[in-house]
Amino acid sequence: MRKKINSQWTTVLVILIFIFLATAPFYMSMFRVSLFGKYICFAIVAIGLDMIWGYTGILSLGHGVYFGLGAYCMAMYLKLEASGGALPDFMTWSGLSELPAFWKPFANPAFALAMVVVVPVILAIIIGYLTFLNRIKGVYFSILSQALAMILSVLLVGSQGYTGGSNGLTNFSTIFGKSLSAPMTKLVLFYVALAALILIFIPCRFLVKRRIGKIFIAIRDGENRVRFTGYNPAKYKVFVYALSAAIAGIAGALYVTQVGIISPNEVGITPSVEMIIWVAVGGKGTLVGPIIGALGVNAMKTAASENFPEVWSYFIGILFVVVILWLPGGLISLKDLPARIKKKFHKQSEQEDNEEIIPMIEEEQIC
Amino acid sequence: METLIMQIFNGFSVSSILLLAALGLAITFGQMGIINMAHGEFIMIGAYTTYVVQNLFRTYLPKNVFDMYCIAALFLSFLVAALFGTVLEKLIIRHLYGKPAESLLVTWGISLILQQLARSIFGAPNVAVDAPSFLENSLKIGTISFSYKRLFILVIAICCLVGVYVLMYRTKYGRNIRGVMQNRDMAAGLGVNTKQVDSLTFSMGCGLAGLAGAALTWIGAIGPTLGTNYIVDAFMSVVVGGAGSILGTVFGSVFIGLGGTTFEYLTDASLGKVLIFVCVIILLQFKPKGIFAISGRALED
Amino acid sequence: MKKMKLWKKVCALTMTIALGVSAVGCGAISEVSKEDETKAASNSTSDGDTIKVGILHSLSGTMAISETSVRDAELLAIKEINANGGVLGKQIEVVVEDGASDNAIFAEKAEKLLLSDNVATVFGCWTSASRKAVLPVFESNNGLLWYPVQYEGQESSPNIFYTGAAPNQQIVPAVEYLAENYGKKVFLVGSDYVFPRTANAIIKKQAEALGLEVVGEEYTPMGHTDYTTTVNKIKQADPDFVINTLNGDSNVAFFKELADAGISSDDIMTCSMSVAEEEISGIGASYLEGHMVSWNYYQTTDTPENETFVAAYKAEYGEGRVTDDPIEAGYIAVYLWAAAVEKAGTTDIDAVKTAAKGITFQAPEGLVTIDGDNQHIYKSVRIGVVNKEGLIDEVYSTTEPVKPDPYLTTYDWAEGLSVSK
Repeated sequence: MRKKINSQWTTVLVILIFIFLATAPFYMSMFRVSLFGKYICFAIVAIGLDMIWGYTGILSLGHGVYFGLGAYCMAMYLKLEASGGALPDFMTWSGLSELPAFWKPFANPAFALAMVVVVPVILAIIIGYLTFLNRIKGVYFSILSQALAMILSVLLVGSQGYTGGSNGLTNFSTIFGKSLSAPMTKLVLFYVALAALILIFIPCRFLVKRRIGKIFIAIRDGENRVRFTGYNPAKYKVFVYALSAAIAGIAGALYVTQVGIISPNEVGITPSVEMIIWVAVGGKGTLVGPIIGALGVNAMKTAASENFPEVWSYFIGILFVVVILWLPGGLISLKDLPARIKKKFHKQSEQEDNEEIIPMIEEEQIC
Repeated sequence: METLIMQIFNGFSVSSILLLAALGLAITFGQMGIINMAHGEFIMIGAYTTYVVQNLFRTYLPKNVFDMYCIAALFLSFLVAALFGTVLEKLIIRHLYGKPAESLLVTWGISLILQQLARSIFGAPNVAVDAPSFLENSLKIGTISFSYKRLFILVIAICCLVGVYVLMYRTKYGRNIRGVMQNRDMAAGLGVNTKQVDSLTFSMGCGLAGLAGAALTWIGAIGPTLGTNYIVDAFMSVVVGGAGSILGTVFGSVFIGLGGTTFEYLTDASLGKVLIFVCVIILLQFKPKGIFAISGRALED
Repeated sequence: MKKMKLWKKVCALTMTIALGVSAVGCGAISEVSKEDETKAASNSTSDGDTIKVGILHSLSGTMAISETSVRDAELLAIKEINANGGVLGKQIEVVVEDGASDNAIFAEKAEKLLLSDNVATVFGCWTSASRKAVLPVFESNNGLLWYPVQYEGQESSPNIFYTGAAPNQQIVPAVEYLAENYGKKVFLVGSDYVFPRTANAIIKKQAEALGLEVVGEEYTPMGHTDYTTTVNKIKQADPDFVINTLNGDSNVAFFKELADAGISSDDIMTCSMSVAEEEISGIGASYLEGHMVSWNYYQTTDTPENETFVAAYKAEYGEGRVTDDPIEAGYIAVYLWAAAVEKAGTTDIDAVKTAAKGITFQAPEGLVTIDGDNQHIYKSVRIGVVNKEGLIDEVYSTTEPVKPDPYLTTYDWAEGLSVSK
């Protein structure tokens, strides 16, 4: 009964969030709407991360890699379109005389869009097979993923001619022929991002409710038992890891259209850890929590840095510490708060009932 | 030939710095399962303490005693960092034992706070520390010169290593730490005050970081973002060597230090960094828990 | 036990709300009054009693070590102008934003300043990466940016005024001077990003023309702190001089390592492009003594305007603070903008840009003129040596301010380097 109410709660919450986002352009300035478009892209990554961390227990501290790969693929197409057939500006001042071979196919939007998903997935499958088959897990996998993020960001910075170096790729003008700075395009892109969020959220929600979702949770809670019951956890882990990589890649591509720039800053360790923070603050293992976490934390970060440009780090740092320490279930676990407060005022005679129910609540929170 | 010798010395010097930075981490991470992302900031605390001590010596004490500031700085850096560590442990870390993911995130938040604190107190620009005069110049053997500073840091690293080893394996206190690490309940059942052991161990780990910070002031920059330059490499050293093993950390530091400088010499700095990390990834394929992993009987989960 | 948990949750909720509300609430109140979806940044700020300007620098992250002082200089200039009656009779109001050493955040804050705050102009950026990130924002919204740092050239955006040195005002003369005085073998060391790479491309072409030999070219990632190998390579290559384009913390480690290896400026002279008085105080004068730098202004520059400037800066921010080239460039950027606005009679971007052409100003570095062709300024070149107090003594300077040439069109050997624009 309680589970049903919770599930209804979360559905209502999700619908409210989507409505809020969908109507945002009507009461927010275009600049704020673009900001929310960016937050939506982050929410998409957070969903993917929740799939692997919240449900399957894989803590990846290097998801910036997949986000970045998807973003760079999209950016390469946008850059070629902006250069209109000539050599992109950063290549000229890096001393290149012609377009590198691997850039050429990106002039085709369909290819670029396909690569946005294919490249992260291929990398994820390779890394996944190498690590999960060797039963590297827990903290070691996390550190390994950090190493990966570091490697990619150093490589990107070092190859200025091919990737724009530390400047990244920026200065785009049009997408599919429409100007990127026109308000109409921005609005359309915002709704595309929102649609992507909804379209990714629904299948993920579907997946976690099915048997495969239960296997993910089982892997998280007791991988050896899963192995003993005959499943190969490595296969499932690779699948969910590749899925989250694809989701991150899509988020990255959408991010580039919203923000107009991608640089190695978004690929390294710091952004990757921040992605995990959004999921943790929102509440991992719930799919809705990470959306709230991504939107909320980033909104707060922007607000804090605008109003307290000198000391906004304090706000963010304190937020992380407070939420993770005292709300281990994340912000989403606050929905239990009214029920818990009500419980405090129940009479002594009902204590037996409470003692039965309270353990159930705590179990849910651990998820 | 002399370039080769210089390179080898450089490699060991870098390894010794990494070891200093990673030793504290090996204790907090390896022994206690806490991923302390704020470890870099403890290094920073040690560095800033050295800066303050240097300034105090310069303002209040006669010039000929100035060089002694480094001794005072080494001790004080250890103490101040350990103090911060104790406060942190009592307030926050003690709620996080056994939860590596949470400890990672919380300490990340703490690292942001500490960085901003340093920025607010000392300002954003870097500050300078003058090395004591007896560390100026280098030892010249033939045409090769070995910088005294780096030799001194090597000596400090070895002393710390020996100290930690003696503490862990030759004292009652160290035995308690290992007992608590291997089987907390059993140790508690045998009368060890696990809370106290945890608190002191974490402080020690942080104190070592402070010591590393003091040593680093002679060769690097001192600023609020000092910690971020060392945290990743320190973690790699611990992980490659195997969490929980001091010998492993030594090996990890040497691997990354020597390997990194060699790759850098053969290619360039960016590619060198990439290559050594690729090696770390490959190494983890064969030895998922590090080289000197402590293997238990339990099929831990 | 359970009561404790509950209490903790309530506390956490309250704190989160408090933090969130205070952060957002302050923003919302100021947001409520202004709104629109059209391209702004033109004249809305001229209405009312104040003129809004924006300052966009990194106040956190790795670049904060350099950029916070430039912000201080810009604030000082604004304060002085306000004390003298402001611009067009109105006081200047400042909106400060933190770029956090992250390009995407620079772009976002630039947009916010232009679209949300409707500032008349922005003073900001330091790294070329951050400038390139905000360039599209300023161009598509017709904003105005004043960029105060020396850079690699190859750019002249219609929406940016560059008060820092172009390569022909810093790099090229330095190489010429060193080649004349020290020898033919040059080693290039730099951080791995666009400025050093482009600068070294320029230097290599110049070396060809001058008959110099480039005996090494090393790049290290930003934030790299281990220079043992690099210094070893330098020793091996045995150059006559080193051109150093390292940036940030790397400079500290590099010079300390150089000293440790027993290399002084008498053995191998280095000339740095990104080390100024501010960085010297972070490195330690003893490590840099005798080494050269190439800028257009030093705290020791001998002009009456500089005396007042240094005194004012120290009075405002503390005796221990130093002034350097980017600080001075930020300071004069504000005055140049104010002069252009006065001449144009409005803060409208296009009018200001036209009015700015040819404007001169008696700056602490000497007389500067805005070059109407490329929106850079004429600057004198000054090559200096670091002394043991951590200040820089001039050893060479051009007699006249040099015309800026960001595309190096006046040099035959630079053929093929520039981006056709």
